Amino acid sequence: MAVRVIIPTPLRVYAGKKDSADVPAQTVGEALGGLTTQYAELRKHLFTDDGKLRSFVNVYLNDEDIRYMAKEATPVKDGDVVSIVPSIAGGNSGK
Amino acid sequence: MAENFQLAISHDLAERIRHHGAETFPHECCGALLGRDSASNEKLSAQDGPLVEVPREVLGLFPLVNRRDDSPRNRFAVTADDVRDAEKAARGHGMEVIGWYHSHPDHPARPSDFDREHAWPWYSYVIVSVMSGKPAEMTSWRLNDDRQDYSPENIEIRNRALA
Repeated sequence: MAVRVIIPTPLRVYAGKKDSADVPAQTVGEALGGLTTQYAELRKHLFTDDGKLRSFVNVYLNDEDIRYMAKEATPVKDGDVVSIVPSIAGGNSGK
Repeated sequence: MAENFQLAISHDLAERIRHHGAETFPHECCGALLGRDSASNEKLSAQDGPLVEVPREVLGLFPLVNRRDDSPRNRFAVTADDVRDAEKAARGHGMEVIGWYHSHPDHPARPSDFDREHAWPWYSYVIVSVMSGKPAEMTSWRLNDDRQDYSPENIEIRNRALA
């Protein structure tokens, strides 16, 4: 069983310039794990040092935000599409 | 070794970013930079000059609403839905989202640790300092691969867009 993970433009340089990867997985977490095993350089831009998804990294399963499903434990089926979308945040360090 | 990053932008678009920063002062403004990147190795011919290699050029802006109601003076946030809207708008014009801009009200145009923790490499991050309501310095940055620091990106203001 394989899902297609869409790789966002800024991270393609860490994934052999590919825009997607087909990864065998039972859950969204496994799909992301498979992707970052295949392309290890991607890992630090998606996950913190302790293995949690970075707060600004959002993951969608076929257009549904996994935060409103079972998060990384959300089950996937053959042919599903997983998208990685950043939310953008920042600001000055004062106050 | 730091790369020599270059971001081209027309005078008009640069002014629009500065104006957006002044308009939302003392709150932070934010938006997406739409354009093209030189990964395609395109070379465009300027009408009155030799072939010019276009490194990365901003060709449009997609102003966004700062979603941080709690501390809009020193934070900005753009939701994933906003990002998807910006990407859709870019695609609709044959472009891509090449970066993001935001303002630092009464603060220098330097990326903060908070900026760094919420960034990805490749994107251009343009920051405009707005001092006492007036736009001041504008800078651009790219996050390094190791996520530890930024490299400055030279902003080349052009009188007109080449594309």
